[in-house]
Amino acid sequence: MEPFIRVTAAAAPLNLPNIDTDQIIPARFLWRPRATGYGGLLFHDLRFLPEGGEDAEFVLNEPRYAGAKILVAGRNFGCGSSREQAVWALADYGFRAVIAPSFGDIFYNNCCQQGVLPVVLAEVEVTALAAAVAAPGAAQVTVDLERQSVTGPGNFAASFDIAAFRRRQLLEGLDDVALTLALIEAIESFETVYDRELPWISALH
Amino acid sequence: MARSLFEKIWARHVILQREDGAALLHVGRHLVHDGTAAAFVSLAERGVKLRRPDRTFGTPDHYVPTTSRDVASVSDAGRRNMIESLEASAKELGFTAFGLGDRRQGIIHVIGPEQGITQPGLVMVCGDSHTASHGALGALAFGIGSSEVAHVLATQTLWQAKPKSMRVVVTGALSDGVTAKDLILAIIARIGAGGGTEHVIEYAGPAIAALSIEARLTLCNMSIEAGARAGMVAPDETTFAYLKGRPFAPAGAEWARAVAYWRSLPSDEGAVFDRDVTLDGAEVAPMVTWGLSPETALPVTGVVPDPAGEPDAERRAAMAQALDYMGLIPGTKLAEIPVDRVFIGSCTNSRIEDLRAAASVIRGRRVKVPAIVVPGSGLVKAQAEAEGLDKVFLAAGMEWRHAGCSMCVGMNGDVVGPRERCASTSNRNFAGRQGRLARTHLVSPAMAAAAAVTGRFTDVRGFLRES
Repeated sequence: MEPFIRVTAAAAPLNLPNIDTDQIIPARFLWRPRATGYGGLLFHDLRFLPEGGEDAEFVLNEPRYAGAKILVAGRNFGCGSSREQAVWALADYGFRAVIAPSFGDIFYNNCCQQGVLPVVLAEVEVTALAAAVAAPGAAQVTVDLERQSVTGPGNFAASFDIAAFRRRQLLEGLDDVALTLALIEAIESFETVYDRELPWISALH
Repeated sequence: MARSLFEKIWARHVILQREDGAALLHVGRHLVHDGTAAAFVSLAERGVKLRRPDRTFGTPDHYVPTTSRDVASVSDAGRRNMIESLEASAKELGFTAFGLGDRRQGIIHVIGPEQGITQPGLVMVCGDSHTASHGALGALAFGIGSSEVAHVLATQTLWQAKPKSMRVVVTGALSDGVTAKDLILAIIARIGAGGGTEHVIEYAGPAIAALSIEARLTLCNMSIEAGARAGMVAPDETTFAYLKGRPFAPAGAEWARAVAYWRSLPSDEGAVFDRDVTLDGAEVAPMVTWGLSPETALPVTGVVPDPAGEPDAERRAAMAQALDYMGLIPGTKLAEIPVDRVFIGSCTNSRIEDLRAAASVIRGRRVKVPAIVVPGSGLVKAQAEAEGLDKVFLAAGMEWRHAGCSMCVGMNGDVVGPRERCASTSNRNFAGRQGRLARTHLVSPAMAAAAAVTGRFTDVRGFLRES
C-alpha cells in the first residue's frame, strides 16, 4: 500500500450530503477484477449521461478539476454498501484524500486499507474549504497527515483528528495481514481458551 | 461495573488491546458470499491458508438468477464466474457453503439465522453492510470491506477501534398494520442516515421485546441505514425458542451450557450508553420514503415535502435533487403516488413472516402492476409453498421466484427500468440502486402488497379494516 504522508494538489468540491457508495460505484460494475481499473467508473452515473457522453455539469468534468487528488465532500460521505470498490474507484481515478464532515464507518475503514486518507473536519470548515476551492483560480490544497493539518486557498487552515493506529497504518503503508500473522501465538492461545469455554461454536456439522 | 450487551461481547472477543486504540478481535463467525471473490484472490496471492474453515460459512446470493437454479442460465461470463468461484473456493478451502443447487441456499443474512449459524454472544462479520441483521439474535455483527475480509480469512481476527454505544428504547406497542420495517424507518427518520455513525445500537423496551426474531432481523438489518456499525437485541426466550433444534445450533448437553452463557449477555441494570433515544411505538405509522436516503421516510398519511421550507442550503439542494430524480412535486399526498412495479424480497423483508404479511393483503385480489416475490432462501420458499402462499401470489398475477438478493441491488439483472417507480421492501432508496434512474420507495411487505393491488401507495391499516 502506498504510504500517505503529505499531498498537495487541486481539490474538487462535491457539496451534497449522503453520497452513498452506490453513487461512487454502481453495483453493476462490481464483478470486474481490480486489475481492469476502476478510475473510469468513479461516480459513473453522475459523470456520464444515460445516453452516453460526459455530463458537463458534474464537478469532475470541469477542466479546472482535471488533476484533483483531493475531494471535498458533504456529510455522511460513503454511506451504505460496504463495497471496497468505491475506494478502488477513487484511488484509481487519482484521489489520495477525501475531506468531509463525516463518513460511513465501513467506507472510512476501507479508505485506510487502500492508502486513501479520510479527513474529518467540522461542517463549517468543510463548507468554507469547498467555497474556497470553487473560487476561480483557487490555489492547491495540502493535506498533511504527519501534522494532521489541512491548508488551502484564502488562508484556509484546519487540523484534524485520526485514530493513532489508522494514522500509523497510512503513514507507513502497513499491510495488516502480515502484521497480524506475526501475532499468531497470541491468537492461538486466545482460541484455545475460547474454544474450550464456548465449545459449541467450533462444532463442525 | 454495569456493562451493556455490546460491551460484554466486545470484551469476550478482544485478543489484545494496543495503546494506540486498536483492538484485535476474534471472529466467531465469518460469512462469505458471491461478492467476496476479490478477498479469496488476495488470500491466494499471499499464499496464506484459510485459518478457520470451521468458522466460515457461505452462499451465493448477489449474482444468482431468480428465474432458474441453473448457473448456465447466467449469460454474462463475469457474473457467472462470481457464483461459480464461491463454490470453488468452498471446495478448495474446506468451508461450509450452500450452493445454488442446495435447497438451503439463500440470502446470507437469511440463512445464517435459519441454519442456527447466527448465535447470541458471537462477533460475526461479513463483506456486506447488512451483516448488522444478525444482531437480532444478540450477536455483535457488522459489515466489513474486502481488505478486512481477506484479513479475517487469513487470521480469523480483525483490528477495530471500539465503537460508541447507543440505546434506542421503544415504549408501548406497535399498532395493527405497523411492522418492524415501519419502526426502523421511523427510527432512521428521527436520528438521520448518519445518526448512528461510529455507534453500535441496542434496541430495547417493550415494543422490541414483543417482536419475533424475523421482525428483529428486519429492525437490525437497517441499522446501517442509520449509519450504525451494528444493531442488536438482547437474547431472550424468543431467541432461544427460535434457535432450538436448528442444524448448526448447539444440541444435547451443549444446549444448556450455551443458554446459560446467553442468559448472561443482556445489558446489566444501570449500563451506560453514549447516547439514548426513546420512541413511542404506538405513534409509529406505516412508512413510505420519498427521497434518495432512507432518512426521507414519512407516514403514508404525509405529503411530499417542499425544499423551500428547508433552511439549510446543503439539505435544500439535496432535497431538490431528490425530488427531480424521483419525479415528485412538493405537496403531493404520498397515498396518491402511483407505482409502476412492486418488489417483495431482500435481506430486510424476505422471511416467512414477511411473505405471510404480504399474502394476507393479496389473498383473493389481483395486482394492477408487475410484482415479483423473491423468498430469502430455498427453505423459506418451501415453507411458503407448504402454506399455499405461492398460490396466493400467483393467483393475484404476481411472479414467484427463487431465492436471492434480486431487485434490491439488481446485480443479477433483476432491475427496475429508468424512471419506473417501485414500491420495494428492500433497504436502500439510493439513486440507481435498483437500476439506473430507477425510483425506489421503501415500504413494509404489507404496504408493498397493498400498493400492488391498488396501483398506488395505500395505507394498509384502512385496507385491512375493509377486508
